[in-house]
Amino acid sequence: MKVLVTNEEPCIGCHLCEDVCSQAWYKEINRGLSSIRITSLGNAEWALAVCSQCGECVDICPTGALYRDKAGVVRLKKQECVGCLSCVGFCPNGTMYFHDDYVEPFKCISCGLCAKECPTGAITIELLPD
Amino acid sequence: MASVEITKERIEKLKAGHKVLAEFRYEPPAVEKGYAGQSLYVNLSDNEIAAKPVDEMMKKTFVGGRGFDLWLLWNAVNGETKWDSPENEVVIAAGPIGGITQYPGTGKSIAVSISPLTGSVVDSNVGGYFGPLLKFAGFDAIEVQGLANEEVIVLIDGDEGLVQILEAPEESVNSHQLAEEMAAVFAQKPAEKRGISSVSAGVGADHTRMGCLNFSFYDTRREVARLKQAGRGGIGTVLRHKKVKALVVKYSGLKGDSNHPDDLETIQETGARMHREIYERDPIMFEMRKDGTNHLTKIMNDYDILPVHNFRYGAHPDAEKIYSPNFQKYFEYAGPDGCWYGCTMACAKFARGFTLRSGPYKGQTITVDGPEYETVAGIGANCGIWDADAVLEANFYCDTYGIDTISFGTSLAFAMECYEEGILNSEITGGLALNFGDGDAMLEILHQMGRGEGFGVVVGQGIRRMKQIFADYGADPQFLQDIGMEVKGLEYSEYVTKESLAQQAGYGLANKGPQHDEAWLIFMDAVNNQIPTFQDKAEALHYFPMWRTWFGLNGLCKLPWNDVEPADNRTRYSGMDAAKVPEHVQNYVQLFRSVTGRQDIESGDDLVRMSEIVYNFQRVFNLKMGYGTREHDAIPYRSAGPVTDLEYESRAERYDQQLIDLVGIVPSGMSTTEKRLALRRYREDQYNQLVDAVYERRGWNQDGIPTLATVRALGIDFPDVVEVIRAHTNGDE
Repeated sequence: MKVLVTNEEPCIGCHLCEDVCSQAWYKEINRGLSSIRITSLGNAEWALAVCSQCGECVDICPTGALYRDKAGVVRLKKQECVGCLSCVGFCPNGTMYFHDDYVEPFKCISCGLCAKECPTGAITIELLPD
Repeated sequence: MASVEITKERIEKLKAGHKVLAEFRYEPPAVEKGYAGQSLYVNLSDNEIAAKPVDEMMKKTFVGGRGFDLWLLWNAVNGETKWDSPENEVVIAAGPIGGITQYPGTGKSIAVSISPLTGSVVDSNVGGYFGPLLKFAGFDAIEVQGLANEEVIVLIDGDEGLVQILEAPEESVNSHQLAEEMAAVFAQKPAEKRGISSVSAGVGADHTRMGCLNFSFYDTRREVARLKQAGRGGIGTVLRHKKVKALVVKYSGLKGDSNHPDDLETIQETGARMHREIYERDPIMFEMRKDGTNHLTKIMNDYDILPVHNFRYGAHPDAEKIYSPNFQKYFEYAGPDGCWYGCTMACAKFARGFTLRSGPYKGQTITVDGPEYETVAGIGANCGIWDADAVLEANFYCDTYGIDTISFGTSLAFAMECYEEGILNSEITGGLALNFGDGDAMLEILHQMGRGEGFGVVVGQGIRRMKQIFADYGADPQFLQDIGMEVKGLEYSEYVTKESLAQQAGYGLANKGPQHDEAWLIFMDAVNNQIPTFQDKAEALHYFPMWRTWFGLNGLCKLPWNDVEPADNRTRYSGMDAAKVPEHVQNYVQLFRSVTGRQDIESGDDLVRMSEIVYNFQRVFNLKMGYGTREHDAIPYRSAGPVTDLEYESRAERYDQQLIDLVGIVPSGMSTTEKRLALRRYREDQYNQLVDAVYERRGWNQDGIPTLATVRALGIDFPDVVEVIRAHTNGDE
């Protein structure tokens, strides 16, 4: 299972990962459209929130729009989605997101673009056992 | 896979039988701020189809849903119209909020008609996809008037902009088959099935007055056309009398913004927050997602509120045999289980792999939704049938035959008591021993309703008519009146109200008859003692029926309002305020504003005001149909207290103490009958005093008629409304 793994300790809160994510998928720098979220905990400490690919959202989706691909990554078929946001409310980690510019929610699909740009190695793509 | 397989040959045969009797082409309008802006009129007598504009007056005054239904029906019928008159209609609407996907419980339809049971207007709400898809297909409501000569289907194809009346000789009548047939016939490919919803009844609706409507929703994950019921008041009987096999809507383009709301952002935020609340709170509150409404059976039994043996008692030692765990083995609890998209309350429960032991489908393994609490309590507890399998089987057959499980259960319980009291005998019942607890007899009565034969047809006439029939057998009419659990001709839903004066009036004063969707005050009143005075009860009997009416105006389900509460609801608020769940009321204010863009709606009071308009209009509608006065709010004594010495003695300690504390008499030395009658005088007086207080609070005169001042203040002083009121009040102001 291909998962974006986070390590808070080296994170410097530069938010570059958020910018890379929203730019890659929504063609704009907008942290509200990022699938990874960096939050300050004070004292130069940061919380990194990103999908663990646990698949709870696959079970809650009423239309079958959420599915797990061959790499074990949970993805959304937008054409099947009716924008109910059940998955947002029932995500154990709070890492399914929505934005009012779009009807459908969005999530990390372990593309790894943010990990490539992260200057401190706080996020990495790893292959975990299913 | 579905339990009903429709072969290609079967589909071709069904299609080949279709003959177009009428056709109407239209340009589907874009839904704007929750409204399509037009309603659909279909007349089956002369095969007329037309679109009618929905104007600003309709939106402002009647809002949508039940409000639209009532207004359209008001204009279609006159005071002499009977349920089987050609001008009677089946009217169905969602509402402006109906069809949004982001908030739980937003897919309800509301059906309205002149009832075969009550003779007056009845409303019934239901899940499934029909109402929302109808709106997105271009119509805020549908009126079906007239009587067809042959069996027909009415098709509303929102993808093509086409409405047709189709002669349909080959389709099934029973709903579990018909819903699958409609999905198979009108979907060009499997993916389209979820965009198809049908409204149908069944053969039981042909032979009884308690026919229900089944609204389908196609569950793509389970590949089954599932059914939800608009059960109350016999609207399925009206549909079948019109020779309608199905109303079918097709709309394939559903998205999260199909309702084109004014402010999607607020809807998304409110909905996501509510989903989270359910995720966190439901597992530690009512577990609706796990058990559905049947979690109530244990609670009601624990509090002596579960109807047992025709409402004689409120609990039974065997009740645990029909608690939720006994049905869990049939439930597929995997993933979402809502009857509209985004309903994370997910109380719909789906049973697969249930093999039938009786009836025309005996031996078949079927799927069925439910059972709901009302079905378990009505067919199980109230008939003394402590057999979960028999209840589930009856649930399946009631649904597919198109019979209301509540009226069925309550009516059969009445017949069973009459049998045990010797009013009926096996000669009258055609050989059936109708003892409490006989599940096989219960199922046979149900199948007789389906076949249109035997004593089942008598039970299917409902309690009001059974009372008349049984009186002819020499029974004491007063006793039948006391134990026959109906008001206005509608059978009680399944709560024992003897210890809750407020709920006695909640049932007695309900516009359509005793159904709990208008008022459910038992816990607030009898358990928590939060509304102790007449004024408190009257206020509750104003606020809650109005508030609950609001859901029906908007295409909403009531459950997400108070079947889950924010964590701090009971610490921030107390008493009746806590029961209102203010944070959720505010959610609904936000939803209404965000869908419609109506910035003048700012508070929960503004929402209640909408309901007051429609609620009073419905009361006047009752008046127009020859009802709607105080005499029609009278309740059978069993809903207020013990009718028999047996009942009194079953709770003698409680009743004796009440005689001392409340009535001010010392019961020692009195016979059970004397004590029972003393308690009865007290309780009947209490009920009448409460009715006085409620009428005053609602702005009605002491005969229960809204005053002219009231209808003027509400803006519904239309000439024909004023005329109806004047005719019943001698022109008094």
